[in-house]
Amino acid sequence: MPRRKLVIISSMKLFIKCEEANHTCDKNQYKEASFCEKVKLNFHLIYCAACRKYSARNLRLSRAFQKAEIKHMPQNQKDILKERIQKELSK
Amino acid sequence: MSTELLNPNKWVDRYSDYLYNYTIVRVNDHEVAQDIISETFLAGLKSKDNFKGEASERTWLISILKRKIIDHYRKSNSKKGKAEIRMSYKDEESEGDWLEERVSDPFDKNAEDEMENEELGIAILNCLDKLNEKQATIFKMKTIDGFDTEAICNEFNITASNLWVIIHRARKSMAECLEENWL
Repeated sequence: MPRRKLVIISSMKLFIKCEEANHTCDKNQYKEASFCEKVKLNFHLIYCAACRKYSARNLRLSRAFQKAEIKHMPQNQKDILKERIQKELSK
Repeated sequence: MSTELLNPNKWVDRYSDYLYNYTIVRVNDHEVAQDIISETFLAGLKSKDNFKGEASERTWLISILKRKIIDHYRKSNSKKGKAEIRMSYKDEESEGDWLEERVSDPFDKNAEDEMENEELGIAILNCLDKLNEKQATIFKMKTIDGFDTEAICNEFNITASNLWVIIHRARKSMAECLEENWL
């Protein structure tokens, strides 16, 4: 079979491996999964309990991050601090 | 016996976000928090010869930070009257059970939620600490700072699939670490 045909068929297949499902699930947490990938993921989740569990946990993790609203110290402040520490160290 | 060594050059990269979150919960002001953290680091430098290596570097810095936060409270309370809480109705004519109304203040409902969120933030940072450094940096950039996949790949000179493997592993360990209490 010509190579291109193979690629098309493999990109169309509906049944995906757990690895791929988890990968899509990870991407989806950052809104980077395509529509096609999401369809395949959801189809996979219908019959795969292990991936359902993984997906649910992954989603909870994302929600936890949203809820926590972790704050960052501004980068310029960090740089100033670093300089001061360097200065003190070289004394 | 010295098991832990201090590494002041890395302090800012390693601990400033952790200390920052820890402080902001307690003083509720970004500028004050930044001041307190720089004071903490400088105090740490001054007394670094006293570090015995019994605690981890971070624990040691936190213990300095705690003292700095208390100092901050003392200073702000030393002006008389500032720390007083006055309880009374604004205009004299209104009456009622003051305390009860206060308790059911609808604007106060979020206080507990907020506290929980702040604790969650600390828990997340604790778990991030258990990841290895590269994993943690990339995961933080992606999840907390929301950088593009491409930008991170360029920065670290890795392929997209490399990145996703790192993210996957990081998410897995984070979920395991947080699972018991938070997920």
